[in-house]
Amino acid sequence: MADSPGRATLRRLLRHRLFLTGLVLFGIILAFAAFAPWITTADPIKLGMRTKFRPPGSDFIFGTDNLGRSLWSRMVWGARLSVEIGVMVVALNAVFGTIVGAVSGYFPRLDGAIMRVNDALMAFPAILLAIGVTAVLGPSTENMILALAVVYIPRTARIVRASVLVLRETEFVQAAVAAGASHWRILRTHVLPNAVAPLIVQLSFLFAYAVLTEATLSFLGLGAVPPTPTWGNIMAEGRQYMREAPWIITMPGVLLMITVMGLNLLGDGLRDVLDPRLRVQP
Amino acid sequence: MIRLFLVRLAGAVPVLLLVSAISFGLMRLIPGDPSASIAGLSATPQMIAQIREQLGLDQPFLVQAVRWYGGLLQGDLGRSILLGQSVFWATLERVPVTVALSIYALVITLLIGIGTGVIAALRQNSWVDQAAMMFAMLGISVPSFFLGLLFIIWFAVGLGWLPTGGYIPFTQDPWGWFRTSTMPAVSLALLQVGLLARVTRSTMLEVLRQDYVRTARAKGLPRHLVVGKHALANAMIPITTIVGIVITLLVSGSVVIETLFSIPGIGQLLTSAVLGRDYPMVQGGLLLVTGMLVLVNLGVDMLYAVLDPRIRYGR
Repeated sequence: MADSPGRATLRRLLRHRLFLTGLVLFGIILAFAAFAPWITTADPIKLGMRTKFRPPGSDFIFGTDNLGRSLWSRMVWGARLSVEIGVMVVALNAVFGTIVGAVSGYFPRLDGAIMRVNDALMAFPAILLAIGVTAVLGPSTENMILALAVVYIPRTARIVRASVLVLRETEFVQAAVAAGASHWRILRTHVLPNAVAPLIVQLSFLFAYAVLTEATLSFLGLGAVPPTPTWGNIMAEGRQYMREAPWIITMPGVLLMITVMGLNLLGDGLRDVLDPRLRVQP
Repeated sequence: MIRLFLVRLAGAVPVLLLVSAISFGLMRLIPGDPSASIAGLSATPQMIAQIREQLGLDQPFLVQAVRWYGGLLQGDLGRSILLGQSVFWATLERVPVTVALSIYALVITLLIGIGTGVIAALRQNSWVDQAAMMFAMLGISVPSFFLGLLFIIWFAVGLGWLPTGGYIPFTQDPWGWFRTSTMPAVSLALLQVGLLARVTRSTMLEVLRQDYVRTARAKGLPRHLVVGKHALANAMIPITTIVGIVITLLVSGSVVIETLFSIPGIGQLLTSAVLGRDYPMVQGGLLLVTGMLVLVNLGVDMLYAVLDPRIRYGR
């Protein structure tokens, strides 16, 4: 039976060892996020005065924090929040990054102006801009998503634009122009489908940055407001108890690292298979 | 060369203008009235009105904009509410701290990042290569503040070798500076080390396949000369382009690292400004830091032109 290109790509991905490692690592986090209510028994925000500072072990698998809350529950619910934020930021980037990048790359008249604004937004250090936006909007999960979208959409748009600029000059697009196809039709059926590969690679790395930046901001006290558990604010609370209870910091830290590494490996694998021309880009 | 510099400088002007407009505009987007949140919960209406007047928020938008840009031209970005000091000087005072930390981290990044990448490329597909790339993957995946926390737990709380935080200026006591800056600099550098190692490896692999490297080998040149003089010198060009990105990442990372290690640099200044709702400080600090970074990147661009004659004499 003849193989469709999609299936061939999938098979090459499944033979890529690093991609599979990434899939497993990120899969664990996704499973935590998806099954949070079923795999935790303790309430993540319920205080327990008699269960303070229990080390990881029998009663509480990952121990308890300074207020006697189960760290396992808090971490799993934190995973759900991180994944939610990651998914939303990636979705916003996929939509608006594509629109901005496609318009900028396809219409030379608009390109200059759009790219200047893009450059200006990218000139701000990512964390500083995110902090600035959350300072304006106030700390909450929705505002965090918005801030991360503002920070990362210019970067996504730049990548889409780069593909569109190349595609616009190709013969099949020129042929479509000559045949009298509308701009909308050309973009939709000829240009964008060919720009998807680098976009997917970018989005998988972006998911990692989004989770990482969210954790950093909530570590600084600019994320979801406690007692809502996020990996960042669990670690921030653990700072005062580093001597007695270092596991409050190490447990969520390791989960954060697994998430970021899993996504980086996924991104590397996707890049190798989908778009071998791309190199390591921060 | 000078012409190229002027062209690049002209290109940076619109970016700087937009950066200033965004910094200014951002603080006008605050829903409701920032003076109320600055004054706090127990504030009387008079206090709120007074703060509003101080910040010029009782004026129409255009008047505010003209005032702000007028001040900007004179180096006056307003007064920090928390510090009671001019925003310009408050930021400038802390620049040396962040610069010293960033340079330390940059040196670590260049030495270990390029070293790891070169070694991995020379032993492509061996276990050395795999170990180096695993290290690089770890580098780009371990959050800097988590690494910093682990360092504090191990080396400060556990072994007691280094202080948990604080800062001693280099000019005052170089050894003290080294002791207070090493953990922050290493945690700050790790991400960039990983990135640079990956870029160096792939660039080196490409260069090592070139004909002139084969010729150099064929004529019996010692290995260190082939690698150092022929391969690495040419690989440096693409590597330089990412140094600008590395510097921006270092400044971005210093925000959380300075807060974690209580280092009185720009990052800590801005974090406490945001947490303390010191809006003039946030607005001015954002603009100053980003403006400086645009200029640094311009410098890196020029360095790139110095290294690569094709750019100097090209278009």
